[in-house]
Amino acid sequence: MRVNVTVNGEQRSAEIEDRLLLVHFLRQTLGLTGTHWGCDTSNCGTCVVLVDGEAVKSCTMLAAMADGHEVTTVEGLEHDGKLDPVQEGFMEAHGLQCGFCTPAMMLTARALLDRNPHPTDEEIREAISGTLCRCTGYKNIVAAIRWAADHPAAAETAPKEVQA
Amino acid sequence: MQVPAPFEYARATSVEEALVLLDRLGPEARLIAGGHSLLPMMKLRLATPEHLVDINPLERELRYIREEDGEVRIGALTRHRDLLESDLLAERLPIFRDAERAIADPPVRNRGSIGGALCHADPAEDLSAVCAALGARVVIRGRDGERSVDMTHFHRGPFSTAVGDGEMLVEVRIPLREHAGSAQEKVKRRAGDWAIAAAAVMLQLDGPNIGDAGIALTAVGVSEPRSRWAEEALRGSPPSEEAFAEAARRAAVECDPIGDQRGPAEYKRHLAGELTKRALRRAAQRALAEEV
Repeated sequence: MRVNVTVNGEQRSAEIEDRLLLVHFLRQTLGLTGTHWGCDTSNCGTCVVLVDGEAVKSCTMLAAMADGHEVTTVEGLEHDGKLDPVQEGFMEAHGLQCGFCTPAMMLTARALLDRNPHPTDEEIREAISGTLCRCTGYKNIVAAIRWAADHPAAAETAPKEVQA
Repeated sequence: MQVPAPFEYARATSVEEALVLLDRLGPEARLIAGGHSLLPMMKLRLATPEHLVDINPLERELRYIREEDGEVRIGALTRHRDLLESDLLAERLPIFRDAERAIADPPVRNRGSIGGALCHADPAEDLSAVCAALGARVVIRGRDGERSVDMTHFHRGPFSTAVGDGEMLVEVRIPLREHAGSAQEKVKRRAGDWAIAAAAVMLQLDGPNIGDAGIALTAVGVSEPRSRWAEEALRGSPPSEEAFAEAARRAAVECDPIGDQRGPAEYKRHLAGELTKRALRRAAQRALAEEV
C-alpha cells in the first residue's frame, strides 16, 4: 500500500508492506535512524516519536496508521541550525550518558512542554515514565527538561501575532 | 525483529463503513484501535488476523465522555489518557482515575482505548473490573442494529467477549448514582506493569447503611465478573471496618488465583482481600464526602 506521511514537516510518500511498523518505516524506509529501536514489546519506550504532537511508541503502531498524519522524530527538533531548548537542556544539564534513550526522552519532553510549559518535577517524571534509561540517569534528564522549561525558545514566548 | 505475520490493512472512516468491511472480510478480520494489545500479540503470532480494519479515523464519532440521561457515556475510541484527564469522571466516577494512573505509561495511554481494552478481554486488564463494579452496560452495534449487554455478561472467558463476528463495541454506559463512591486499588511489580491483583469497588449509601455495592477483581481467577457473595456482606450494613473486613474475606475466598512469576497463589489471594478492603474504605470516604 502507499502511505503519505508528513515527517518533520516534509511530505514523505512510500510504497510499503501493510504490516510495516512505524519504527521500521522511519528507520529503514526513510533512513531516519535517530529513532531508536529497542525492546520490540512496547516496554522500553526508546522508539517514542510524536504523532500529531503526542508521544507514541513507534514499535506499536503500523506505518499505515500514520498515513495522513504528522510525525516528528528527533531529526525534526532542530530548526535552521538552531537547537530546540530541550536539546540545549540535555547539553546543559548532562541529560544523557549512553544516549540510547535520548531521542525518545527529548521528544517526550517536547510534547510535555507544548502542552504544559511550566511542569512540576513530578509532572516531568510522570511524562517520561514510558521510556527507560538503562544508565539510570533520570535525575539529570529531569534537570535537562527543567532547564528547557526555564529557557523557552524566543518564538514560544513571543506574542502570537508576531509569529509568522 | 518482531513483526506481525502478513495481513491486509483496511481503513474505516465511519462506524457504518467499519461494519460493512467486517461483514465483507469475514471472521478472520479484526478491528484495530490503539493496537497496544493486538499488535504485541500479532508480533508474537498469538493473533494472526488476515485483515485489520483500522478504526482510528472514527474519533469524531467514538471519542467522547459525556453525561446523558443519568448515565456517563464513553465512546469506544476514548483513549486511556482521556479517561485519566476527564473532569467529569474525576468528579463523578473517580475510580477511572485510580485505575488509569496505573495503566501502562503515558505514550501507551495516548493510544490505547477503552473499547480496545474491554474487547481484548485480557484477564489482567483493569477497566473490565472497573466497568463491572460500576454496573456498566456496553453497546454493541452490528449491521442489523444495536444491542446493549451488561458487563456481567460481556466476557465469555479469557480473550473472548459477547461481541460477535461483524459487530463492534461502540459505547460504554455507566449509571450515575446518588450518594455513591467508587475506587480501585492495584498492586503491581513495577511502574506500568500489569496487576498482580486489583480490586474495583462501588458503594452506594442508603441513609446510614450501604444500599448497593459492586466488587470486581482483576487477575485473580474469578469465575464471575462480580464477587456477589462479598457484595451481599455489605448491603444493609453500615460502612464499617467490620463490614469491609467480611466483604474482603469473602472476596478472597471467592477468587481462585494461580501462582506464576507475579507471585504465589496465596499471596494473590491475600492481595484480593486486602485490596478489596482498601478500595471499600476509599469508596466509602468518597460517598460520604459527597454527602457533605
